[in-house]
Amino acid sequence: MKQIISFVRKEFYHVFRDSKTMLMLFGLPIAQIVLFGFALTNEIKNSKIVICDYAKDEATQQIIKKLEVGRNFIIQKELISHKQIEEALKQGDIKLAIIFPSNFNKDLLHLNKAQVQIIADASDPNTASILTDYATNIIMDYQQELMKNNTMPFRIVPEIRMLYNPELKGAPNFVPGVMALVLLLICVLMTSVSIVKEKETGTIEVLLVSPLNPVIIIISKSIPYLFLSLINLTVILTLSVRLLGMPINGSILLLLAESILFIILSLTLGILISNIARSQQSAMLISMMGMLAPTILLTGFMFPIENMPVPLQVISNLIPSKWYYTIITSIMIKGLRFSAIWKETLVLFGMTCFLLLASFKKFKNRLE
Amino acid sequence: MRTLKFLLEKEFRQIFRNKSILPLIFVVPIVQLLILPLAADYEVKNIKISIVDHDHSPYSQQLISKITASGYFKLVDYNSSFNEAFKQIENNKSDIILEIPDGFERNLVRKNEQKLFIAVNAINGVKASLGGKYLNQIISAYNEDIRLQWIPVNKFNTSPIISITVSNWFNPFMNYQIFMVPGILVLLVTMVSTYMCALNIVKEKEIGTIEQINVTPIKKYQFILGKLIPFWVIGMLVFSVGLFLVARLVYGIVSVGNLFLLYCYLAIYLVALLGFGLLISTFASTQQQAMSVTFFFVMIFILMSGLFTSLDGMPRWAYIIAKCSPVTYFIEVVRMIVLKGSSFAEIKNHFLIMIGFALFLNGLAVWNYKKTN
Repeated sequence: MKQIISFVRKEFYHVFRDSKTMLMLFGLPIAQIVLFGFALTNEIKNSKIVICDYAKDEATQQIIKKLEVGRNFIIQKELISHKQIEEALKQGDIKLAIIFPSNFNKDLLHLNKAQVQIIADASDPNTASILTDYATNIIMDYQQELMKNNTMPFRIVPEIRMLYNPELKGAPNFVPGVMALVLLLICVLMTSVSIVKEKETGTIEVLLVSPLNPVIIIISKSIPYLFLSLINLTVILTLSVRLLGMPINGSILLLLAESILFIILSLTLGILISNIARSQQSAMLISMMGMLAPTILLTGFMFPIENMPVPLQVISNLIPSKWYYTIITSIMIKGLRFSAIWKETLVLFGMTCFLLLASFKKFKNRLE
Repeated sequence: MRTLKFLLEKEFRQIFRNKSILPLIFVVPIVQLLILPLAADYEVKNIKISIVDHDHSPYSQQLISKITASGYFKLVDYNSSFNEAFKQIENNKSDIILEIPDGFERNLVRKNEQKLFIAVNAINGVKASLGGKYLNQIISAYNEDIRLQWIPVNKFNTSPIISITVSNWFNPFMNYQIFMVPGILVLLVTMVSTYMCALNIVKEKEIGTIEQINVTPIKKYQFILGKLIPFWVIGMLVFSVGLFLVARLVYGIVSVGNLFLLYCYLAIYLVALLGFGLLISTFASTQQQAMSVTFFFVMIFILMSGLFTSLDGMPRWAYIIAKCSPVTYFIEVVRMIVLKGSSFAEIKNHFLIMIGFALFLNGLAVWNYKKTN
């Protein structure tokens, strides 16, 4: 026991002595949470659009005024010709063009029917459809006003309530996602690299001839990182609540317990990678190249998992951060209890056990 | 010149000799490019809906069958109480609740107006607003049907109608993969080259071989070029494999614009990125440090590049940060050339900015490199 404690202490010294690395370990996740918590949003506003008003009559002026209100659009009115619209879209500053033909108001008054053309830069389908919707709604609003006098009979009025996130902010969605991402990647990277480094420099041989059990060596090596991750977690949570206005509606203790489970899982994953990798370089490449993009895409905070083709949905179940993401949103935002997330917890727990077994088995084999 | 040739030979041998790293550079990115674009789809379908019908009238039944027939919604639950339906939302089994109040049909016909209640799980903003929108559209279409049933159609339309025609340029079928594949390709190339470059040089520092090189008559610029050129070539190769093998053959994306132009841009972009890798390596003394710094920046580059979320929605300061990353520009350029067929004149500024990045990052790296040695 004494041996273990002194070994763990040695590892702590190793990690904490290196102040440059320490700064990165603490500074980077914090910066990322703050940055992404504020910067990432699905809202689309301040988009530059162009309005080609060939009519310049009362109706078009009123519609344009409506489009100008609000923060969705920044309107540019100078461009006229069709050719110029194409150039502007190709240059990429303009996302949408709205074209009013001449005689707009006349047609509206006399024929009861007028036309508007919207051209969207659909190379980005999401932005295109959202902006088109904004513009269509505003024009439709104007049309409603024209018909104000004759109210429609048999009206169904849907009342929409946005649960949990009435202002449709980005933070409730992205903060838990980034939390899962940052914790996972930092833990995996740090453990795998620190163990592989010993392999690479040969110092692991020294440890192996010592009377310590290899399993204990590995566990002791990950304890400082567990400790670091806990500090990181605390700081991240404090920042999300204080700075980003994230709620913690559920039990903080439960949240911490689940997070520790997730951190242990990530550390174990790092140990497994360190078994496979021969050099620090390949350990990092496995962790980064192999894990960064899939984790971002398959956690479910960027793109809804239900939309994906079935094989990908199946694969997404293997991504630990997917389960952790559900757990955090359930606790922090929905304020649910353990009874609602026991399944996800069980999955994380199962993964941890499996990875632990796999990596220790592999580790022992390698020694013999 | 001869020295450089030998150095390059050495570097290439070292890279290609390493059997464990080679697949990580080539195979992993390609496999990801094959699979991941399928996940990156904002088109929301299969929204899970719970319906609470207190009315049980022919009207409510008609509305429900309209919703389920629309293809956007999957009816997961038909409940008699809102609280039961809300539990489904809590457990992620449902995304949206439609509550049809008692007397829906009667009130609609007699009082001319009736409310419906919709509750949406709004944690994921896109899904929530789209789900709400689709449901609204279906309800208003149903509303029109009812009016048609009750009001005889006027021969002449008396209310003014503005008809809006929408044309979607550059991607008329609103295909997400066309949009995502080039962007994800850029991401993968960026990761490969930055990591490889930063780590490789720091490795020499860490194991001390850089000292050996420093005492040889090799000049610094030769050493640096010897390090950068192989990764530049690898970046070009990975990009080409991705573009031709995966994007064209698998996803059928053929660049509308000039490929030569794209490659010119790629060449400069890689120089800028490698300069960045070099810069990191001059600051870091261990691979671990190099990696954490690279990880930090790559993640910012990726998440703030406009690859997944729109730059327009960002707060001003975040937008400025995004504009300080070379990745943002390359993602724009790839999409402009491949999807829109933009010409040199249209991306001239992007070229200038990238040349600026390349000069700045490499200059800084070389300057700092001299200082540290």
